Amino acid sequence: MYPWGAPQYRRARRLCTNLMSIVAPNNSKPRLTTRITGWFTEWVLDWGELVISSCIALGDFCLFILSTFRWMFSRFPKGETLWPNFYQVGVSSLPVVALTGTFIGVVLALQSSSQLGHYGLTNQLGGVINLTLVRELGPVLAATMLAGRVGSAMAAELGTMRVTEQIDALSAMGADPIHYLVVPRFLACLLFIPTLTIMADFMGVAGGYFYSNIWLNIDQHYYWTNSAKFVNNFDLFTGILKSLFFGSAISLISCYQGFNCKPGAEGVGKAATSSFVFAFIVILILDLSLGLSLKALYESWYPGGTY
Amino acid sequence: MMIEQLLDQEQESIVDVEKLSVTFGSQEVLKDITLRIPPGQTLALLGESGCGKTVLMKSIIGLVKPTVGTIEFDGENINQLTERQLSRMRLRYGFIFQNAALFDSMTIGQNVAFPLRQHGRFSDNQIREMVLSRLSEVGLPDSVVFKKPAELSGGMRKRVGLARALIMNPELIMYDEPTTGLDPIMSDVINELILRTRSRNPVTSIVVTHDMHTARKVADRVVMLIPRQRLDPGENQVIFDGSVKELETCRDRRVQQFVNGEAGERLMEMRANGHDQ
Ligand SMILES: Nc1ncnc2c1ncn2[C@@H]1O[C@H](COP(=O)(O)OP(=O)(O)O)[C@@H](O)[C@H]1O
Ligand SMILES: [Mg+2]
Repeated sequence: MYPWGAPQYRRARRLCTNLMSIVAPNNSKPRLTTRITGWFTEWVLDWGELVISSCIALGDFCLFILSTFRWMFSRFPKGETLWPNFYQVGVSSLPVVALTGTFIGVVLALQSSSQLGHYGLTNQLGGVINLTLVRELGPVLAATMLAGRVGSAMAAELGTMRVTEQIDALSAMGADPIHYLVVPRFLACLLFIPTLTIMADFMGVAGGYFYSNIWLNIDQHYYWTNSAKFVNNFDLFTGILKSLFFGSAISLISCYQGFNCKPGAEGVGKAATSSFVFAFIVILILDLSLGLSLKALYESWYPGGTY
Repeated sequence: MMIEQLLDQEQESIVDVEKLSVTFGSQEVLKDITLRIPPGQTLALLGESGCGKTVLMKSIIGLVKPTVGTIEFDGENINQLTERQLSRMRLRYGFIFQNAALFDSMTIGQNVAFPLRQHGRFSDNQIREMVLSRLSEVGLPDSVVFKKPAELSGGMRKRVGLARALIMNPELIMYDEPTTGLDPIMSDVINELILRTRSRNPVTSIVVTHDMHTARKVADRVVMLIPRQRLDPGENQVIFDGSVKELETCRDRRVQQFVNGEAGERLMEMRANGHDQ
């Protein structure tokens, strides 16, 4: 019924017919060379269309972000819209983040211990595990769980509100949907993802320690002194800073997907899935680029220090 | 003579749609629509599904931006207002959505109180009183206040939507298919409510409907739209504009088909055009 999604199908169909016409030319068609140039022109046009539509979507997303920030600083949202979101992000997500953290700590200990064992460096185990957790795995895992648990739920909820005209109803009654729906979700993710990250770090550290200490009988003293030697405040700061970026990205992407949901149950499902996929990709990209910039920053602050 | 002229000038419109066109992507839904609605009128907007009735109403309250053309409400071009002005302007509108569009995370009471909390500075007691009196006006018992929208029937949800739209005493009320999907008795209850609202306040109303019964009962004036695909070249999309009486006697084949509910050759036409509304 709605014309959305048509370009992809059109592109695919055109590609097939063009390939067919080259493979099995039929006599009424023009010569092969003409067909190939025609095919090439269409191919370029299709890619052009794709590039243009992506640019439009990106621009639209940027406007969405701008408008979120404008509303956030011009009028603070009401408590009644904030608390449920704070609860969803800050409280309901804790158990699953804690569980993931614990298991990752244990698995990390399990894997690294045998690797380090080859070189007789088992005493360094604590440093390796805790550094990895605090810098990388804690923030990334907490963010991934948040994107899966809260992000896709946000996209589905806002998507349903879009499809059932509830977002239009908000505007029609003089409430701004971005102020009313997006700002509270953004704030919830931004404020509470550090606590989730710390939870993941803590449980991971604890899991790794118990496994190393009880299972592998690694000396406690060495475990902790090495950890303290490896992990410093800058590492903790790195992890938390990353998590702030992840949290903002998750909430903005999920809300945007929900707001631009296509009609019907299919549209809502797609919004939920694509919000997770996009959020996850953006988390990975942010992780890499922030990792690189923070390394450069560290090296310029402490020349000679090893990051 | 002089007095008539004066009266004519007084009769300015509250809603003024000028040469409105709305295009979504490559689909042109509305083209070159001009519509003036004087204050106090009840206008029925007819047309088969998919012809853009909802889009027209959403353009009037500024939810859909016109691709071309202007929309004025009470002399102000609503697309030139700032966010804040627009949000104040929307106090003067009441919109009843096709499927009620109640917020399903809130109770009925919170839904109806929403516009009050959004704009007014009312005490909790005042809000409770106003909500209960609105709900009883649309024939709902006090016990629904703590229910969620999902627990109500379609007819009840529509009436809650009506109560929510009326609570700020709007000057312009828009009903999007208020009786679609309801049994005949509930439909007539809604018709009665539309009439009663109008007799109580001097409101202007636009009623989108497929239901000739509703149109006959409530409308002072009927406007009929037709899907863009069915237009003859150079023809305007508004194919009928007049009173209900004139509608019954209108000679246009497409109008008669709609009024009498006959498909005629429409099925063949739809297949020929390949459009699937
Ligand atoms: N937000 C939108 N984006 C794209 N197309 C839309 C949008 N809203 C409506 N349409 C299209 O506009 C046409 C008219 O829709 P609508 O006004 O809802 O019809 P109706 O007269 O049944 O209320 C439909 O074909 C629909 O596909
Ligand atoms: Mg409609």
